Amino acid sequence: MASRILLLYAHPSSDRSEINQRMFQSAQSIEGVTCVDLYAEYPTFQIDIDVEQQRLREHDIIIFQFPMYWYSTPAILKEWQDLVLEYGFAYGHEGNALRDKYFFCALSAGGNESAYKAQGYNHFTIAQLLQPLEQTASLTQMRYLPPFALFGSRTALDEGRVEAHLDKWRRLLNALHHQRFDFAKAKSCKLMLSEFENAVSQEQVSL
Amino acid sequence: MTIYFIQAFIYLIAAVIAVPLAKRFGLGSVLGYLIAGVVIGPVVGLVGDETTTIQHFAEFGVVMMLFLVGLELEPKMLWSMRHRLLGLGGLQVFLTAASAAGLGLLFDLPWTVAVTIGLIFSLSSTAIVLQTLQEKGLMSSDAGRSAFSVLLFQDIAVIPMLAFIPLLALPELVEAAASLQVAAEHHEELNLLAGLPGWAYAIALFSSIAAVVVGGHYLSRPIFKYVASAGLREISTAAALALVIGIAALMSLVGLSPALGTFLAGVVLANSEFRHELESNIEPFKGLLLGLFFITVGAGIDFGILFSEFGLIIGLTLGLIALKAGILLLLSFPFKVKGSDRWLFALSLAQAGEFGFVLLSFSTQNHALPLDISQRLSLVVALSMLLTPALFIAFERLILPIYEKRQSKTQEPDKVDDQGPVLVAGTGRFGQIVNRLLAANDVKTIVFDQSLSAIEVMRNIGIKSYFGDATRMDLLETAGVGQASLFVVAIDDRQRATELVLELKHAYPKLKILARSYDRGHQYELRQAGADYVVNETYYSALEMAQQSMIELGMHPFKATGLRNSFAKTEEKSRDILYETWLASTEDNKFNANYRELFMQFEDALRNANKRERNEGHSLERSWTPPPKGYAEEFE
Ligand SMILES: Cc1cc2nc3c(=O)[nH]c(=O)nc-3n(C[C@H](O)[C@H](O)[C@H](O)COP(=O)(O)O)c2cc1C
Repeated sequence: MASRILLLYAHPSSDRSEINQRMFQSAQSIEGVTCVDLYAEYPTFQIDIDVEQQRLREHDIIIFQFPMYWYSTPAILKEWQDLVLEYGFAYGHEGNALRDKYFFCALSAGGNESAYKAQGYNHFTIAQLLQPLEQTASLTQMRYLPPFALFGSRTALDEGRVEAHLDKWRRLLNALHHQRFDFAKAKSCKLMLSEFENAVSQEQVSL
Repeated sequence: MTIYFIQAFIYLIAAVIAVPLAKRFGLGSVLGYLIAGVVIGPVVGLVGDETTTIQHFAEFGVVMMLFLVGLELEPKMLWSMRHRLLGLGGLQVFLTAASAAGLGLLFDLPWTVAVTIGLIFSLSSTAIVLQTLQEKGLMSSDAGRSAFSVLLFQDIAVIPMLAFIPLLALPELVEAAASLQVAAEHHEELNLLAGLPGWAYAIALFSSIAAVVVGGHYLSRPIFKYVASAGLREISTAAALALVIGIAALMSLVGLSPALGTFLAGVVLANSEFRHELESNIEPFKGLLLGLFFITVGAGIDFGILFSEFGLIIGLTLGLIALKAGILLLLSFPFKVKGSDRWLFALSLAQAGEFGFVLLSFSTQNHALPLDISQRLSLVVALSMLLTPALFIAFERLILPIYEKRQSKTQEPDKVDDQGPVLVAGTGRFGQIVNRLLAANDVKTIVFDQSLSAIEVMRNIGIKSYFGDATRMDLLETAGVGQASLFVVAIDDRQRATELVLELKHAYPKLKILARSYDRGHQYELRQAGADYVVNETYYSALEMAQQSMIELGMHPFKATGLRNSFAKTEEKSRDILYETWLASTEDNKFNANYRELFMQFEDALRNANKRERNEGHSLERSWTPPPKGYAEEFE
């Protein structure tokens, strides 16, 4: 058994991206990952609800991948939620299409990790800032995992942190696909999926 | 010959003088014609006995009118108004006819005469009421729609009435006429079926009606197509006239009412693509003939009777108005016409109408009414029509203010669901798309094209379109350009498109016009002609193509979309200035050196639009710019 992964990527100016575009590209070469560039597919925001819902049905793990913009996702991901997560599909009466799927965010933030603390400049942790998405996952009966984040993204390239991050990213996707991933452990690591390594086992883990 | 010229001139000039005057005083054209008749007849005495002959001829206008009424009757529309049409209209005609007839019996009239009078009085004046409601913009009010249903029912009811009245002939009148006829050597009416046995007669009747219906459905198209291929306006007029006259002839030959036949033909053709073409061809003839008819009615009014029996005539007129208004008021309750609409509905339809005149002369000819009664009733009908504007004024001055005061406190505003149609001229490659998008979203469109094949394509996919030269104002008028909410000019002839915009803006300054231009020069011409919005026929497809090219070259689709949008934005900004320059130029070739230089400047601007950094409103450079590399240090 292998898990099917849906990677929903949102970056409005990907030609200037140093992190996300490369993450997206490297994900394309990984087995079992369906890669969707939302801004490329819907440059005028005319999201095809049927197509998107069908994609959701066909996958077990849903990932939002994006650069953090104003403590949230770029606009098209919001639009995507507003249109695709319909009553009767994702929630409400007979809205069970997403039940028991896994959901998490893979994001990059310009700010440093130290700023994302109660005492820091941004006052909240990334996990806290993503709470609307966490609750969305909860309402849609998905199992929410902590985010996979890169901090200080604007200097990551100069500081040579990108390759290591990409490496981690590929290993995460591989482990997810081959079900060598202990979700119980990942869930308990409250903070960051970036510290997911201890959740990966050599054997297949039952879901 | 000379005498005909003189007579024709008298009638025409009387109409030409009186009708505009009547309209100016808010009396409507029907009253104008009547007054013209009164002046040249009883007052000045310019015309005499020949009016009766002319009247027979002019009655053909009624036949044409019924043809046009039929043409307006789309089955879909009829179905949607069936309750009001049959319920409200049917009850109005029945109750009014019955009570008028009942009153007639009280006055000791023979029952046949009483019924005839009842029928005559049950009708109201379509011409006056519709025109007035339209002028006052009340057609889409509740009262307007109810009045329209009633009038429509009445117009249709005329047909059975025309069939029924001869059965009410008074034996003594028929006898008297017969003895006169011997003396006057009256011709036997031409009737092919006179000698046939009953069953054959019935078959002949049905087959001629079937011929009208089936022929109208299947033969009219090839014939009109053939006529259209000639491209001659007078020939298509001739064809329309031939159609109406031919059907009238067929119907008279078998002893049926010509009005019935043409009405049926009209209904059959209501869905045809030639509908508006037919309408605009028949309309002027109908108008003139009906006008002539009203003039002869006016000329026939006997003022001697009016003055000697003034009290009786006035009493009858006021009684009639009160009776009709009373019944309408009564009916307004079960049919839920409320508030001020109730009064408008009742008062607007309280007069007798032009069909009353028709039935009067028809009844007299068919010996159902003695001449002396018919002369008096003629006065009553005319007076009641003459009083209609006064009733409208009474409504506006006396009744409306009461309701307006109340309304401002309690009622919610009327729903404005009645949007005029969008007229689309040209349904070629361009207009077709405009029309499909609008129609797909339930915007009512009326489409014209001169190419039958284009119309066929549209009709095949279920979109109503009509054959006709969309630059002909009379055609557009019958199609209702006056009520249109928008006009889309999508014809591919540069010159005619510009002329059409000019003419439309001249005739309907308030009408919004959206026009398709061929190139930059044409765009300016259309704008100068008054078009409110002009779009170049190739501009947006070219933008689309350029955008796709960039995507094919590997650019991210979202970026390509953004670049295309900022190109369009810059282009838009330069549009006004370039236009002003073009406009200001006095040279023959308005694309002079001045213009060219400016154009080049704007081209430069376009080239830089997406490169220029922070000074442009929506340059891509400025969108989603990541913060500078070291910025996070400031936020520790
Ligand atoms: C419009 C905009 C808003 C941003 N808002 C935030 C923010 O709220 N928090 C943050 O840490 N970084 C913010 N950033 C910085 C981005 O997160 C950073 O540019 C991105 O992670 C770089 O990834 P990339 O190289 O893949 O584009 C913002 C950047 C932009 C352009």
